[in-house]
Amino acid sequence: MEALPSLPNVAMKNGRIQIKKQTKATIVMRIVLWTLFAMTVIGPFLLDYGEIDWAEALSLTLGNLQMMFLQPAFNQITFGTAMMQIGITLALAFLATVLGAVISFFLAAFSARNLSPAWLANIIIASNSFVRAVPTVLWVLIFAIVAGLGAIACVLGMMLHTIAYLTKAYAESFEELDEGTIEALKASGANWWHIVWHAVIPQSSSYIISWTFLRFETNYDVAVAMGAAAAAGGIGFELFMASSFYYDLHEVGMITYCALVVAILLEMISIRIKRHYLGKA
Amino acid sequence: MTGTQFLRKKKWTMTIVFIILIALTYGSAALTQFNLIDGLASIPATIAWMFSNLIPTAASFENLPKVLGRLWETIILAIVASTTAAICALLFAMLGAQTTQVNRFFGVTARFIASVFRNIPVVAWALILVISFGHHILTGYFALFFSTFGFLVRMFIETIDEASSDGVEALTASGATYFQMVVKGVLPDTLPQMLSWVFYMIETNIRSATLVGILTGTGIGYLFDLYYKNLDYAMLGLITILIIVIVFFIEFTSNSVRRAIS
Repeated sequence: MEALPSLPNVAMKNGRIQIKKQTKATIVMRIVLWTLFAMTVIGPFLLDYGEIDWAEALSLTLGNLQMMFLQPAFNQITFGTAMMQIGITLALAFLATVLGAVISFFLAAFSARNLSPAWLANIIIASNSFVRAVPTVLWVLIFAIVAGLGAIACVLGMMLHTIAYLTKAYAESFEELDEGTIEALKASGANWWHIVWHAVIPQSSSYIISWTFLRFETNYDVAVAMGAAAAAGGIGFELFMASSFYYDLHEVGMITYCALVVAILLEMISIRIKRHYLGKA
Repeated sequence: MTGTQFLRKKKWTMTIVFIILIALTYGSAALTQFNLIDGLASIPATIAWMFSNLIPTAASFENLPKVLGRLWETIILAIVASTTAAICALLFAMLGAQTTQVNRFFGVTARFIASVFRNIPVVAWALILVISFGHHILTGYFALFFSTFGFLVRMFIETIDEASSDGVEALTASGATYFQMVVKGVLPDTLPQMLSWVFYMIETNIRSATLVGILTGTGIGYLFDLYYKNLDYAMLGLITILIIVIVFFIEFTSNSVRRAIS
């Protein structure tokens, strides 16, 4: 092929027109992709595996998985108990979500850029990212030292992350509020609380509902985890007992199925709510 | 319906919803024996306790190399689990998304598999795998891998379907093969968004790795659990501070990368 003569205003390389443009974004992306690739390839060699017999572990796992998922059964607990424990897990998640949502609402109103001064917003945002940086299970265990293991530590620990998450979500939807509405209310002599009650809540209520339910869905998962890791009760604790105390794989399978069904139901409701209120999937 | 009637109806609905919510809250509190007053009272008590006890001492800094080693293990685990899960999730998302699905049957199957993986909680994976793999780093890896995979398939499918399908249509019309259509039409549009989800998962996995570590005896979670049970609060403080530093660092990196590529 003959090389094209160089044209003005057209990027050329080796006598060919360059279709792709090298922007900062593509370069950064390439670097990031290569870094991730390198870490993925090298990473496994940096870990200490100790002694493991791959063939045995894999066949054992497959056998175990078969026992769990194809022959689930209740042995130590009954179906009724399992339902009761799922109820407790849902209740823990519900408490953390509701308490968290109420607190987040006020924090969000104080941290939305259009409603509050910048310094207050910055303090709230900074403390939220501090709260988010500590894993939930650490919060629960730290609360457990003072409040004792159980519902209080579990709900408070989950509530902190709920607050950090929902404050950000609520504040973002508050910030989408029409500037004109606020101005009109201000001009007619409304105070800050009037603005929040009569402009902010009505306009962002559908966002609030979908975000809150989405968080409830997440909190259910977290509550299962906290039951297992921090002995907070609920279905997670039964799962922990079945697997680490009784080594009863059939029961582990059954409990997993129960937890799974509830999780899928919650996800379906959450998608419905999102579609109903926000008009998208 | 007149304006007043509408407002009155709205007021009633609101009142009923609030009554139901309060009833549910009371019911939940009774079921779990949660006491709101005690709960709220223990927040300031805990904060005061944290500032007086969770302070690393000189003695705890002697264990710093050990903690850093475990922390490194956790970070690598979170990254490797996220990237490998992302590769698998990309394949499933291609099958599951409306724009790129090969046929309906594969589409529904891929979405169903992802949904099952996503909704089995990460602790369930950890507890299931710990039986066969033992207290081993692979247990943590697979637990994180499975849950990340499920989540990323959902997010990747949403990303692909939200991106415009015009390019795909144009490529298909001009006779491009499926492979060309995906590589030249779908990937360039969606890669930045997908990458930002992968970063989000790396962040999340650092936190989940701590949780999984407590259950499977690996990484930083294991150390935290060990010192927690020994009531060595100075060490707990050191570990907590290190985790915060790492999470902040990863959040900062991912935010700057996200800003650069979008």
